[in-house]
Amino acid sequence: MSKRNTTTRSGRAPDERVVVTGIGVTAPNGVGTEAYWAATLDGKSGLARITHFDPERYPTRVAGVVQEFDAAEYVPSRLIVQTDHWTHLGLAATAMALDDAGVDPAELPEYEMAVVTASSSGGNEFGQREIEKLWSKGPQYVGVYQSIAWFYAATTGQVSIRYGMRGPCGVICAEQAGGLDVAAQARRLLRREARLVVTGGTDASRSPYALVAQITSGMLSTRDDPVRAYLPFDVDACGHVPGEGGAMLIAEGESAARDRGAVPYGVIAGYGASFDPRPEPGRPPRANLARAIRLALDDARVRPDQVDVVFADAVGVPERDLAEAAAIGEVFGPRAVPVTAPKTMTGRLYGGGAALDLATALLAIRDGVIPPTVGVTSPAPGCDLDLVLGAARETPVRTALVLARGYGGFNSALVVTAP
Amino acid sequence: MITGLGVTAPGGIGTAAFWDLISSGRTATRRISLFDPTGFRSRIAAEIDFDPAACGLSPQEIRRMDRAAQLGVVSAREALADSGLTLEDVPPERRGVSIGSAVGCTSGLEQEYVVVSDGGREWLVDPAYAVPHLYGYMVPSTLAVEVAWAAQAEGPVALVSTGCTAGLDAVGHGYRLVQEGVADVVIAGATDAPISPITVACFDAIKATSPNNDDPEHASRPFDRDRDGFVLGEGSAVMVLEEREAALRRGAEIYAEIVGFANRSNAYHMTGLKPDGREMAEAIRAALREARLNPEDVDYINAHGSGTRQNDRHETAAFKDALGEHAYKTPVSSIKSMVGHSLGAIGSIEVAASVLAIKHDVIPPTANLHTPDPECDLDYVPLTAREQPVDVVLSVGSGFGGFQTAMLLAQG
Repeated sequence: MSKRNTTTRSGRAPDERVVVTGIGVTAPNGVGTEAYWAATLDGKSGLARITHFDPERYPTRVAGVVQEFDAAEYVPSRLIVQTDHWTHLGLAATAMALDDAGVDPAELPEYEMAVVTASSSGGNEFGQREIEKLWSKGPQYVGVYQSIAWFYAATTGQVSIRYGMRGPCGVICAEQAGGLDVAAQARRLLRREARLVVTGGTDASRSPYALVAQITSGMLSTRDDPVRAYLPFDVDACGHVPGEGGAMLIAEGESAARDRGAVPYGVIAGYGASFDPRPEPGRPPRANLARAIRLALDDARVRPDQVDVVFADAVGVPERDLAEAAAIGEVFGPRAVPVTAPKTMTGRLYGGGAALDLATALLAIRDGVIPPTVGVTSPAPGCDLDLVLGAARETPVRTALVLARGYGGFNSALVVTAP
Repeated sequence: MITGLGVTAPGGIGTAAFWDLISSGRTATRRISLFDPTGFRSRIAAEIDFDPAACGLSPQEIRRMDRAAQLGVVSAREALADSGLTLEDVPPERRGVSIGSAVGCTSGLEQEYVVVSDGGREWLVDPAYAVPHLYGYMVPSTLAVEVAWAAQAEGPVALVSTGCTAGLDAVGHGYRLVQEGVADVVIAGATDAPISPITVACFDAIKATSPNNDDPEHASRPFDRDRDGFVLGEGSAVMVLEEREAALRRGAEIYAEIVGFANRSNAYHMTGLKPDGREMAEAIRAALREARLNPEDVDYINAHGSGTRQNDRHETAAFKDALGEHAYKTPVSSIKSMVGHSLGAIGSIEVAASVLAIKHDVIPPTANLHTPDPECDLDYVPLTAREQPVDVVLSVGSGFGGFQTAMLLAQG
């Protein structure tokens, strides 16, 4: 083929360090990064009985619902009616993150800003209202915003429009793992062509239909006591509690961030992903999580003994907890690294979950403190982990590993280091 | 390098049937048969006569998978068989997956919603009637999971969901994974099966789809003066991507090479497009830069060409902006005139069409283009295919959310 010069094809800075300079959080135990962080260090849980509908007929009645959130504080009213709760949470978190980063998007080149978010259940509450109109009244009752509110790209599109970000935007869905995958995609874009990327994710699997769908996964807790409902790695583990919210992060190339005087939280230093083979009846499931961890550590050029804390996926299903504990043990050795799951205070946030864990890891680095895993008192046999239980643990944190597994077999691991 | 191809599109199952349709200029649009469309504004679509059992899916797979997943897996299996790839060539941990979809498992979600809500009567839907795979329908990542299982992939797996550019973006994402060496092979493509009442109704509400119910075969009219919206479609295309040297080493047949990929956003409106095509033009320029190609090198543009008033004008302006005078000399066509607009899937189906155009040196036509629109004044290859050498193809997509994507494919 003669037309092309096929010599090197590389990005503009393949080894550029990528830092996070802004964080915005909308979580069940706190709206706003500092409110969330204070609650999390105090072990204050956001899990409670569902009140936005009557959950009595459902086996799962406890969830992590974002409290005291008024979308109008963050989102223009005309946008509120066009979007689902999930996108409200995302727009709010983005506004906080940009403010935290001290950046004015209007001052940056339009094609060098991008938005890459994770989603898992889309605008399910908006969608259930519209589909109910369709089936109870007829197609002409479906509203004009259904086509843009419920699909998985709604948050990325709305954030892009709101801030004039015309770069290479994207959406990745990998259930709970997506929040790490988009951070890796942000790093890829910053090394190739972008100057600032809004990344992270929120989710709000909060409609009755979404709850019923989650129940069919067989992984939801059916315990009514919010304190005992979600106990990953515990002898009493009984599944997880669903939650809503998440975090948005501002990622930038380190030199550009420093040039504008930004103070980074930390570096997105390494990433690895793997996928589990399909479970076959009669054979023990084979998990590839350890390989994802090793890939991330190698990518970050970090040895296992340099990792100060692991934020676990902590799904709360006994056999899957054991598999995670085994993977951590395989890489680090028994009880060799502190492990924590602050998601015991929020529930699993799916598209927003790993992004929130990533934000939490960066805050742990900033303040030199590991937030606790709440509720867990008696680790299950085989979960041979140094779990940070009961209270936060003060210790220098320079390197944190965040793990996330998505329904169906996704494994993602991300290493963040002190700036 | 693209070394395997699988297409499940309206008009016939398999890559050969797909090429036969789009190179003939016949159309696969018709009155909707998947449900009774009485009472809807647009009652037409491009449907697949799809028998999952005849396509090799087992009874358990048929029960477990939503239609979009079934279409995706059938295409993935065709692509893998076509590539001749074995586990000895590339082990599971070096195989990645990147699948695009705009609306995920909507069809399955809607069918089950109707049951648990008792026909839309109950807001507090009844869990006793939920099928065991319902959670798999709610999360679109299931589509990538099913393809990963079919492909025995244990490397990086992603579901890309950027609305109607998801198909191009997913192939582009797979291209990056191979380029960076994250995986040796990526099974990339997209699938969507959106012909269900809620999706038809949501496009009805914004009058995006064609109401030409009396003449479905001729309803999808990209670039025609009388176009009146897109015609919804369904389908999937999946391809095997691998690095050039590895493909040559194992003696694979090479269809074509991806040489440039870029996406931009218009940050203007979730559904509206400005007539100037500015951000799509920027995506095209960025893809050309990566490919180290000049506008004059482009032999054929596989257009988004949805057939909405605004899209075709927007896109025409983008081609002129990015390619200058060469835009007027470059054949442009839209296969959506024949296979409809399958939302997130169509981008990958259009990549497949582009690859086949390179292979056969034939440009598929824009069907139903009888009356030129003064605002769309390029060479849109009306009605009949054109035989001519095709070495470099530009394939573009545009979608809700403001996404604009461009990919360049070249003879391998």
